[in-house]
Amino acid sequence: MDDEYDAVIVGAGPAGSHTARFAAEGGAKVLIIEKRQEVGSPIRCAEGAARRSLEEAEVIINPKWVSGEMDGAMMIAPNGNFLVVDEARAGNEVGYVVERDLFDQDLAKVAVQRGAELALKCACTGLLKDENGKICGVKINHMGEEKEIRSKLVIGADGHESMIGRWTGLAPKLEKNDIISGLQYRMTNLDINHKFVQFFLTSKYAPGGYIWIFPKDENTANVGIGIVLSKITHKGHLKELLDGWIASQPKIAQGDIIEIVGGGIPVGTPLDSNVMDGLMLVGDAGRQTDPITGGGIGNGCRAARICGKTIAAAVKANDFSKEFLQIYETGWREILEERLYRNWMAKEACLNLDDDVFNKIITTLDEVGIEEVNVFNLLVVIKEKHPELVEKFQDLI
Amino acid sequence: MIVVDPRICLHCAQCVGTCPHMALELNDMHIEVNENCKSCKWCVISCPVGALTLEA
Ligand SMILES: Cc1cc2nc3c(=O)[nH]c(=O)nc-3n(C[C@H](O)[C@H](O)[C@H](O)COP(=O)(O)OP(=O)(O)OC[C@H]3O[C@@H](n4cnc5c(N)ncnc54)[C@H](O)[C@@H]3O)c2cc1C
Repeated sequence: MDDEYDAVIVGAGPAGSHTARFAAEGGAKVLIIEKRQEVGSPIRCAEGAARRSLEEAEVIINPKWVSGEMDGAMMIAPNGNFLVVDEARAGNEVGYVVERDLFDQDLAKVAVQRGAELALKCACTGLLKDENGKICGVKINHMGEEKEIRSKLVIGADGHESMIGRWTGLAPKLEKNDIISGLQYRMTNLDINHKFVQFFLTSKYAPGGYIWIFPKDENTANVGIGIVLSKITHKGHLKELLDGWIASQPKIAQGDIIEIVGGGIPVGTPLDSNVMDGLMLVGDAGRQTDPITGGGIGNGCRAARICGKTIAAAVKANDFSKEFLQIYETGWREILEERLYRNWMAKEACLNLDDDVFNKIITTLDEVGIEEVNVFNLLVVIKEKHPELVEKFQDLI
Repeated sequence: MIVVDPRICLHCAQCVGTCPHMALELNDMHIEVNENCKSCKWCVISCPVGALTLEA
């Protein structure tokens, strides 16, 4: 490890590693620092990723981390009625179920092969500022040793737990409606349709969220719950809800748990700014996660590609100002912001729907059919038959 | 005072991201609570497995 880099990227999740790859490919001298001993582990993810967004992000698809390719998605109403959406119509949400630890490791490997450096057990403990208060590097603890590393750019790719976002003030505190708490079991000996990801809408077991089944093989799947913090009333509540739902589903209850995963997902509105002089935020740290699905791999990688290219351009221009970094800022907003904002509004409006409404929605969608599943199309279809259900969503249609 | 039960904790850092006061950190696979803690209990309810407790 040297004392000076063009860019230090904090966090070797998908957003950090993918940023590093494009920066290194463009000739920048980059260091990724990751506080864990192993990239990608423990997993904090349901492992669903849209093929389209990975392709758009130029992620190099490696069969080693593709655990399954889905035919489509099913949305299941509380009364058991369901809507089947094939992959072509499933919009941005379906495609691969991945091995998330291998995925993260592969992205890190590609970045390193393209010239980035990776330091493990290396935590960022603070930001360095020059005499004018401008960010000029990071303080780290690398295997117990405190050090300072100078860099022209610092990238906060430190995920939901991001301190970079908080230290800089770019990412203000989240409201309770804007944090999803997630819990998932990898289960086997299940009786499932392993070619479809399933989303269960149920205000009894998943108020302000949903329950998912993401298949890993014929009888193994990630079975999880994600709901907003405002709906969690007491310690251990989330686990009670997931356990309660599983017990109510004989085909799932027969299974056995082989892994436990927890985690948090930021689902607030996009930040006012993801950049300042000498610094950019990307991925969950930059609040680029979809507020309806909670999916952040695809969005994070798409933004990371632009972030990495911006680093390389900044190095060539020797300009690390907020103004120059607008290349990233406008670039990522062009592809993600409108959808993030719309889905945030939809999430707010959905938080208090009851089972009766879920039943009507799924039945309507099944009857009328839908071209491509996205929030806008869903609302338009529902409006035709049940205008009263979408009154709250008028702004979105 | 927030106490984390290491026998239950999944090291998922949900509490760290949730805390409105920057009072929690995940270091070397354990959660540390610092003096910023205001006992607001957001972390207690946010923990997916109920590993945190507010003790008097
Ligand atoms: C239960 C659950 C299910 C999910 N399911 C899906 C899904 O099916 N599909 C999907 O697309 N998304 C899903 N997500 C969201 C997805 O996991 C995130 O959006 C994604 O991981 C974000 O990537 P990232 O690179 O921004 O951050 P992360 O993957 O969180 O990576 C951040 C990295 O930074 C490191 N780090 C943090 N602080 C420091 C520091 N100070 N110094 C050094 N390193 C640091 C961390 O150790 C970590 O490795 C899910 C999340 C949860 C919790």
